Amino acid sequence: MNKLKEKAKELLSSGAVQVVVGYEEGTGGKIRPAFVSRPEDADKLLYNADCHHNLALYLYKHETKRIGKMAVVAPPFVLRSILILTTEFQLEEDSLVVLGVTPEEELIEFANFKEIETWVNQHPIGMKEKDREMLNRLNAMSRDERWQFWQNEFSKCIKCFACRGTCPMCSCFRCTVDYNAPQWISVGSHQLGNFDWHLMRAMHLAGRCSVCGQCGEACPMDIPVHLLSFQINEDIFKMFGSRAGLTLKKESLLSTWKSNDVENFIR
Amino acid sequence: MKLIKKEDLPGLYGYLASAGKKIFAPVRKNGMVSFSFTSAFEEIEMSYIQTKLSAKAAAFPKIEKLMKYTIQKEGQSYEPYDVEKFPGIVVWGAHPCDAAAFHPLNAVFTWETHDKYFTRRMENLLIIGLSCTSHDEFCFCTSVGVHPGDTKGSDIQLTPLPGGDYLAEIITTKGEAVAAAVPALFSPAPGLNKEELVTSVEKRFDHEALHAKINGMFDHPVWKEQALRCIGCGACTYVCPICSCFDIQDEGGIFGGLRYRCWDSCGFGHFTIHTSGHNPRESQDTRWRQRLMHKFSYQPQRQEVFGCVGCGRCSRNCPVDMNISEHLTQIMAV
Ligand code: SF4
Ligand code: SF4
Ligand code: SF4
Ligand code: SF4
Repeated sequence: MNKLKEKAKELLSSGAVQVVVGYEEGTGGKIRPAFVSRPEDADKLLYNADCHHNLALYLYKHETKRIGKMAVVAPPFVLRSILILTTEFQLEEDSLVVLGVTPEEELIEFANFKEIETWVNQHPIGMKEKDREMLNRLNAMSRDERWQFWQNEFSKCIKCFACRGTCPMCSCFRCTVDYNAPQWISVGSHQLGNFDWHLMRAMHLAGRCSVCGQCGEACPMDIPVHLLSFQINEDIFKMFGSRAGLTLKKESLLSTWKSNDVENFIR
Repeated sequence: MKLIKKEDLPGLYGYLASAGKKIFAPVRKNGMVSFSFTSAFEEIEMSYIQTKLSAKAAAFPKIEKLMKYTIQKEGQSYEPYDVEKFPGIVVWGAHPCDAAAFHPLNAVFTWETHDKYFTRRMENLLIIGLSCTSHDEFCFCTSVGVHPGDTKGSDIQLTPLPGGDYLAEIITTKGEAVAAAVPALFSPAPGLNKEELVTSVEKRFDHEALHAKINGMFDHPVWKEQALRCIGCGACTYVCPICSCFDIQDEGGIFGGLRYRCWDSCGFGHFTIHTSGHNPRESQDTRWRQRLMHKFSYQPQRQEVFGCVGCGRCSRNCPVDMNISEHLTQIMAV
């Protein structure tokens, strides 16, 4: 990824951007997000298939925005997240330089978001094999078994909200779980509180998930929370024929009514 | 110094269980070792580097029920939970960092006010420590004044011997009472140097020097730089054996309910938000600074304890690899 390093250096030295948000190697070879502001630090940037953090998360945070204009290293799931966030009025095109990186570890530069839209439509991404298998296993279960599976998983949840914190689509300045007047979701991490939380989270991400899987990666208790969003994504594809992050059209799936929408869930 | 044979550990477990103690021990389940309540010795994992969740829940559970309340026309009434009914808990197989962590935790819950729920659980607590024979790159106990063979906090300390037996040190009167109740389980120890049995963890910085330095660093730019990738979750706090922030919640219907205390985290953006909407810690760097200043500046100043025992859990479990010892080493260098 020498090209990436060079591009980052060039952007920083010319003053075109003040910070490059990318990936670097952390403890024991783990990958972590990196913020590079000096050209001489650009050499620590890297990209490979282990880069799982969804960096789109940092693009609208006031902590990063106050540094100045940003460039972001963007694997396909980040590209899709950028489109989702743009349609949700969280990102502005001229605030950002997007350094696309392909699964083949090639650098692609995008002149504008329209080009990103074209690229992501030409290069579909699916879920990882192990996630697909797990979803198939879950779908083959009876309702009761599936209920048991999730009850067991949710029982491990400590409500640390790492899954929320790591997801770019959880962009609310104040999350529903943080409201206390009224208190929508129980604060305690007990059976009901955990269930409330996961139900709410899954519904808020319905049709907005870029299928990065980062929420499941982030969970310290190894709860496969990403599978909830993945399954809802699949259901939405079946019902409405669309997937998140493929369009710049500002019509959010769940808040847009169309006369030909399927209504077979109304019984 | 005594010896306990590996085939006698179930006997020790059995004695404690028959004495009505609940045994909180490392259990391996779904590829994860965590402190859990056990019902048989066989469930316990004696060979682990560090557990996912710490042992703090033995005294500071994720949810502590405080009282039941009722609201009626005639007035309100409440009924606190009876701490006398709390069961005795044995923390079994806690590494020296975790055993040592109960002291700073106790310092918080007995600072000016003696929290009756916490103190009752502590009085009833017996800690069986387990010296470390291995460690990983996240362990840094020796930089914060703890050592992989330390007995501080333990009532009885076990040190694994290569053959599978354990050296047993009886540290406190609580420990003596146990040893006296089952004397047949303990035999005289062979002449061994315990130092050679435990792992050696490289010292990365000196905590007293860190304390002296960090006290004056409130306005240092390092916090902004370090905290950029932090996502403001509660993972580091909840896995930490010393983090003690909590929230108090009432849950119930119109005529009554339950008041409980549950874990909270200074990493969350809304943790310090005022009713006015003003937030004195409005950005993640001020929250990250709070985490480190609390542990290495304020706690030593006010309670004469450090808020960190170097277990490395926060760093192992951080979704963005905010490695605390790396950050502290950097703080010593700036
Ligand atoms: S819900 Fe999970 S998988 Fe979907 S975009 Fe958010 S972090 Fe990624
Ligand atoms: S990251 Fe895991 S443990 Fe934390 S709130 Fe999400 S599901 Fe629960
Ligand atoms: S701050 Fe981190 S290393 Fe220190 S005691 Fe807490 S979890 Fe362990
Ligand atoms: S340091 Fe890591 S675990 Fe702690 S709040 Fe930040 S991202 Fe979460």
